[in-house]
Formats: sequence, C-alpha cells, structure tokens
Amino acid sequence: MTILVSMIQQAIHFGAVFLYGSTGETIVEKSGHLNLGMPGIMCLGGVGGCLGAYWAFQGGWSTFWVVLLAVIMAMAFGGLGGLLYGLFTITLRCNQNVTGLTLTTFGAGVLGFWGTQMGDKGITFAPASRMFWTPVDSTANWFSQIFLSHGPLVYLAIAIAIVVAVYMNHTRKGLALRAVGENPAAADAAGINVIAHKYVSCVLGAAIAGIGGAFYLLDCTQGSLEYVIDAMGWLAVALVIFSLWRPGIGIFGAFIFGFLYRLPYNITGVALAEKELLKVIPYAVTALVLIIISFFNKRETQPPAALGLPYFREDR
Amino acid sequence: MEKNLAIEMVGITKAFGTKVVANKNVSMDLREGEILSLLGENGSGKTTLMNMIAGIYTPDSGKIYVRGEEVVIKSPIDAYSHHIGMIHQHFKLVDLFTAADNVILGEKFDNVEKNEGRADNGAARFGRRIAFEWLRRNRVRELQKIVDQYGFGIDLKRKIYDMSVSEKQTVEIIKALYRGADILILDEPTAVLTPQEIDKLFAVLRKMRDEGKSIIIITHKLNEVMAISDRVAVLRKGEHIATVDTATTNEKELTDMMVGQKMDLNIEREMPQNPKPRLFINDMTVVNKEGRTMVDGVSFEINGGEILGIAGISGNGQKELLEGIAGLQPMAKGEVIFHNPKENKPVTFFHNDLKQIKAKAEAGMFHYPDGQRVVLKGMRDKDIVELVNKEQILYYEDEIINLKDRTPREIQELGIKLSFVPEDRLNMGLVGNMSIVDNMMLRSYRKGKSIFVNRKRPKQLADEIIQDLEVVTPSDMTPVRRLSGGNVQKVLVGREIASSPKVLMAAYPVRGLDINSSYTIYNLLNAQKKKNVAVLFVGEDLDVLMALCDRILVLCGGKVSGIVDARNITKEEIGLLMTKVPDDVQKYDYDNAKEGESND
Repeated sequence: MTILVSMIQQAIHFGAVFLYGSTGETIVEKSGHLNLGMPGIMCLGGVGGCLGAYWAFQGGWSTFWVVLLAVIMAMAFGGLGGLLYGLFTITLRCNQNVTGLTLTTFGAGVLGFWGTQMGDKGITFAPASRMFWTPVDSTANWFSQIFLSHGPLVYLAIAIAIVVAVYMNHTRKGLALRAVGENPAAADAAGINVIAHKYVSCVLGAAIAGIGGAFYLLDCTQGSLEYVIDAMGWLAVALVIFSLWRPGIGIFGAFIFGFLYRLPYNITGVALAEKELLKVIPYAVTALVLIIISFFNKRETQPPAALGLPYFREDR
Repeated sequence: MEKNLAIEMVGITKAFGTKVVANKNVSMDLREGEILSLLGENGSGKTTLMNMIAGIYTPDSGKIYVRGEEVVIKSPIDAYSHHIGMIHQHFKLVDLFTAADNVILGEKFDNVEKNEGRADNGAARFGRRIAFEWLRRNRVRELQKIVDQYGFGIDLKRKIYDMSVSEKQTVEIIKALYRGADILILDEPTAVLTPQEIDKLFAVLRKMRDEGKSIIIITHKLNEVMAISDRVAVLRKGEHIATVDTATTNEKELTDMMVGQKMDLNIEREMPQNPKPRLFINDMTVVNKEGRTMVDGVSFEINGGEILGIAGISGNGQKELLEGIAGLQPMAKGEVIFHNPKENKPVTFFHNDLKQIKAKAEAGMFHYPDGQRVVLKGMRDKDIVELVNKEQILYYEDEIINLKDRTPREIQELGIKLSFVPEDRLNMGLVGNMSIVDNMMLRSYRKGKSIFVNRKRPKQLADEIIQDLEVVTPSDMTPVRRLSGGNVQKVLVGREIASSPKVLMAAYPVRGLDINSSYTIYNLLNAQKKKNVAVLFVGEDLDVLMALCDRILVLCGGKVSGIVDARNITKEEIGLLMTKVPDDVQKYDYDNAKEGESND
C-alpha cells in the first residue's frame, strides 16, 4: 500500500515534467509546426530557471519570489529557443525537423557547457532548489501524500494544461490557432494572421516547455545538473501523440507516463540491465496508442493536417 | 442613369517571376447591384486578377478603387473591411471543423459596446488583444437566419469533411455573407456542380443581386455567362479585351473575343473504321470501401477504332467503372476480357516467356508466315528463340486475356491506359513537386537495365508535349505544381497518349479547360481513334459527348441505363436516361443498327 502511494506520488511528480513539455509542444503543433527541438528547449529552460532561482536565492528573496523569478527566467530562455525555431521555420521556411533536431543538440550543449562552468566555479543549486520541493511526509494519510505533497510547479503544470485545453476548444483564438494548423490557406483567407499565430504559439509553447526543464532540475533532481533532460523532452513529444493532441488528455497521459517512467526504479529484485530495458515502456505504449487509433481512422484523432508544412501565401 | 461603381481597377499589372505575366495593364469595373461575368481561357489571368481584389496577391502596379475610394488591399482582412468576399475554386475551409465554426472563423469580435467608457491606453488595448474571447456556440442560431433568408438548406453543425462539393460551396457563400460582404467574387463556382446544383446556385445569386449585392463570377462556360450575367468582361492572355452588356452580345461574339481568332466549333468525327471488339465487360460489380455498390452488374463492349462516351451525373459509378477496368479497384463480381489485337502479328518476348510461348503453340495459337500451324514440340529452345526474334511466329487471331487476375501494372503494360483527371488534378497521376520531365519518367522508369535513370527520352517526350499541346510553362524542368490547371491536364493526357495505348480511358480530360485546349484534346482522342485504339471518354458536357463520341453509354446509379448512337440522339433523351434506368435497356451496337436499317 505504501509503495503504491509512493509510486502514484512519484508518477504525478515526474509526470509534471512531461506535462509541461507536452502542453508546450501541443501548442506548437496545433499551429502546424513540429518542434523536435523540445528536448533542447527544456535544457535552455533549465538553464534559465536555475539562474533565476540562484540569483533570487542569493538575494535573500522569499520563496514566492524565488519560484516566480525561476519561472520567468525559464520561460524567457525557452521562449528564446522557440523564437529561434520560429525564425528559421516560419520566416525562412527551413525544414522543421532539421531545425528542431539542431535546436535539441544546441540546447543540450548549452546546458552541458554551462553546467560544467558552474561546477568549476563551485556553484550549486541544491540550496535554491529547497524552495521548490518539500520532503514527502510518509506519516501523513494517502490523500495528502499523493495530492498535497508537491511543490508549486506541479500544480502550475496542471493549471496551465487546463487553461490551454479550454483555450483551444472554447475560445475564438483557439479556434483560429487550430485552423492555422489544419489549413493555413483557409485561415489566411478567413482573415487570420497566420504568421503571427505561428510565432506566438512557437514562442509560447517553448516558454511553457522551458518551465518543464527548470522544474525538472530544481524539483525532481533537487538542484543536481547530473541528469539528462533530453530524454524527458523526447517523452514529452511522444506524449503529444499519446494524448491525441489534446492538452486535457495530456494531464492524465503525463501521469501515466510518469508512472511508467518511474516503474523501473520502484521494482526491486531486477537486474540493472533489465531496468534499463523497462524504460522503453512509455515509447512502447505510445506506439500501441498509435496502432489503436489507426483502427478507428477518425479524423478527430489525426495530427493537425498541415503539421510540418511551411506556409507561403503566394505559393501556387 | 449610371449606376455607382462598386470596384474600379486601373492599369493593374502582376507578374510571377520574370517570365509569366499574369495580368497586363488591366482596367475594368464592377457596378453596384450587377452580376458581372469574367470570361477567359485557362491561364488568361482571371483568378490572379480577382485574387488581387481579395488580398491574396498584391498588384505590381495599378490602382484599385472601391466605391470611389482608392484602396490598398494587402490581405483578406483588408478585403473584408471593404466588404469584399471571394469564394475560391479550391475551397478555403478547415475540413475538421463544423460549418458553423468555419463561418465564424477569424471574424473580428465586435467589442465596441462592451469597451465603451473603458480605458483606451496601450495597456488596455494589449489586454484586449490577448483576452480570451469565448466562442458562443449559440451563434449557430444567428447563422441559421442567413441560411433561411437565402434558402440554402444546410445543417451548420455538420463537419466539412462529411459534405459534398456543393455543400462546401454553400458554406463558403454563407461565410462571405456573414462577414457582411456585398461584393462577392466566385471563382469558377459551377465547375464541380451538377446541372441541378447550378440552377440552385444561380437562383441564390440572382436573389443576392436583387438585394443590392454586386457579384463577379469567373467562368469559361458561355451558356452560363448568357444565363446569369448582366455584363461580361473578357480577358485574353492577361489583358482586358472588352466589357459588354450580355443582352447585346451572343456566344459567338464572346468566343471570338475570348480566343482572339475564329475557330471551328465543330468537332470532326468519322465513322469508325472496321470496329472490332477490344474489351468486353461482363456483369461488373464494384463495391467501394464503405460497402456501397457503385457499379452494379454492368456489361458492355468497347470496339477498337471508336470513341465510347460515358454519360451520367457525377458520382454514378464512372470512376469506379474505370478503376475496375484498370485493376485499381477489386471487382466483387464479373470479369473484363481483353482482346489483344494480335491477329497476324508476330509473337514477342515482351509479354511472354519461352514457357508461355510453348504452351500457346501447343494450344494452336500461332502460325508461320506461310499459314502453316506452328508446332514447337521437339525443337530446341535456342531455335525457338531465334524464330521468335526473327518474327517468324505469328498469332492466328487476337489474343484473349482475362484481366481479372492481372495486377494494375500488367494491365497497363498490355496497353490499357487510364488517364483520369480528378477534381483535384494533382492528386492522381502526377507528382506536383516533380518537373514535367520527371513526371514523364513515372511511366518509363522501369525500362532499361541500368540502375541510373535516363532523362533523355522523357525530356524529348516532355518537350514534344509542351510544343504540340501548347503547354504554357517557363521550362520543362518546372514543377508541375506551378502550372495552371489546364496545363497540368495537358501534361497528364499527353503522357498517357504518348505511350501508344490499345485502350485509352480518359475521364474528364477537358474538365476546367478552355475551348482551345479542349479542342486540342478532342483532336488527340480522334487521332487515337484513327489508330484503331478503343477510346473510352467520360465527360460532363453532353454537347461534347454527342459531338465527339460514336456511341454513348449512360450510367445511372451504377447501372447501364442505355447505350445509344451518339449521332441519332437528343440531349433530352440522354438526360432522361441519366435520371432513371428504363425497364427495357436498349444497347446500340453497329450490328443491330444495320439490322434495324434493313428492317425499315
């Protein structure tokens, strides 16, 4: 029982990382852009978040302001990555996959470089990260362990996902954004500023994913830069497919992914190599979902129709 | 009294790249409350001109006045702010959305009342810009008012991908009206509609004109111009030739203005020379993916040296019938027997291997040039090969091949070619991003033994087609996607004909083509007929079918409702057959025609 409670608690905890990434990527993909640079953008967000948290902590600010500055910095760094991606794919109409993959390499490189520099200078983020998480009180009842033991950014992730879901489906701008991703020519003819929508969603999506990177470094790994964010980024991209491009489903998908991701660590009596093998489960589940939805062949479960295609109005 | 001008264009010029000038110094106007037809051949710049009013393109030079004021229309938003709405040929609709969502998409939310008395500084404006604007689903009710006002009869809650072409068009018109457009531009609205749907559309257009809206309708069908418009503006090769009152002109005058030269409106047609059955279709039944029977027990034959027309309201099994013959759709029932015209022709290794030739000789299918039966038993393989290569072994009679178990590729190699021009021309047959030359190669890349492709022959062929069919293109390496619709079609049809087919199936080869290009295609088909090819022509225009074909097969609901003599039939009779299958289906062929004559 306690193991199960602990596993669910961890599922929600780690799921939030995926949730940030997939919510951000969903916004980007809904505008017709497949940003495979999400892992890199999460790395950049991690850098920004750590810097923000460190400065605010050194300045002796209160918890609220430390968290806020970290989030703002993470969004700014992630958003810059998104802007770069947008510049290449929207204005210069470069190949989206190539641009994205390059950005991933770039972001991971920046994080590695910067992390090493910090290590050399002896700067650690563990003290600042204390503002983001609290140890789980194992004597509390199961409800508060599962739902109330998390840092603020977990709840922010869920709140953002809900807001984005409502935005997509129930507001005029959400409708416009979906139209841009489905058929940019139609959106253009309807008087929607396609380019502006694409830029806003590329930057905003990357900014949200950036928070995910900061959250992972400051909360999940408790300030250690030893762990790789890239893998989390790829899982976030997989989660977008898993959630059928719906941020609402993404919330539950994220927790399922979090559960599966943590599964190897919670199983005892398995060799290390086999644990590594178990990490493939989230990807396998995504593949399974793809197979299942292909049976139904419903238009509503397909990716945005113009995903990956550049748009140029005077193209004939 | 002179009516006010809704739109006036002065000296509009637009070029794509350096070579193609789409519009050259065009000056024309649209009066308020009239229907103006914009007439011109394919590639005469009609759509480009209208796109500049609708904000899709911007003119290189020239001025546009809307209701007397000079305006610059940089985007569709600008166009709507001047109450100009355009219904494009390729609908600009989001398939996944409902009709209502498509209509309200992108509409500016009018917050004037709500914002009255509020701060109007930069921050407040920014706030309004990023504020959530809720979709009000009950807007459907407001839309329904427009639907009822003009009698559109459409359910706005349905998804676009579920709708027929004419319903999609209706959604586009509703969209324009909802946004307050009182200048409407329709780009070839009738090209994809059935006659009944066209009548309905025209009724709606007239109603809108009577309510004071100004309408431009792009078309190249003269009868429609005469039927609907008040005035006609004619474009030729990007230039404005004249604008005339419809009442004071006639079809012939318009044609002269449109093509610039007098042309023979009669399609030449000769009696089929010695028609011999080429293809027998027996009791063919095709069921589509959704389980609907699209072709229902169809039986007929096509002769070499004739053009068999297929008439019918679109969607009555024409496509499935052709695809069934070409092997692209599995037949639920029935068979297709192909009589390969081989009588007295030498056998080759092209379709047969040694084993097959031996078996056929055993069955007595071959003879020597002197008429003696070929017996290969006991001969060495080497000698047989030599005999075949020296063309000493001839067929007794036409080779009979059942196509039922053949793959589409084998059927093609037997010389049964399908040239299908779908509504979306680029989806079937041609690859839009590839050049004309490379598209030629799609048919021939399997030939030859080298692993590298040889572009020489395809390039020759492409150049021939460009020259013979007058394809307007910057070069033969231009991606097909960049050509105008008519030119794409010429490339497609030209390629199929170039492969010297034995059966040529051409579906809608002149769809959307102007008169000149259409005649080029008719001449090509006639030339094939003279070469003793069996031509199957699926057409929309009954006049053309009656003037071009020898016999016409009428389809109705996937059934043959009659095969008639194209020379002795009236439009009304065919129309009747298109709408219902008679109890006693008449099948005309040349033999029973002769009997009929002798009985008289």
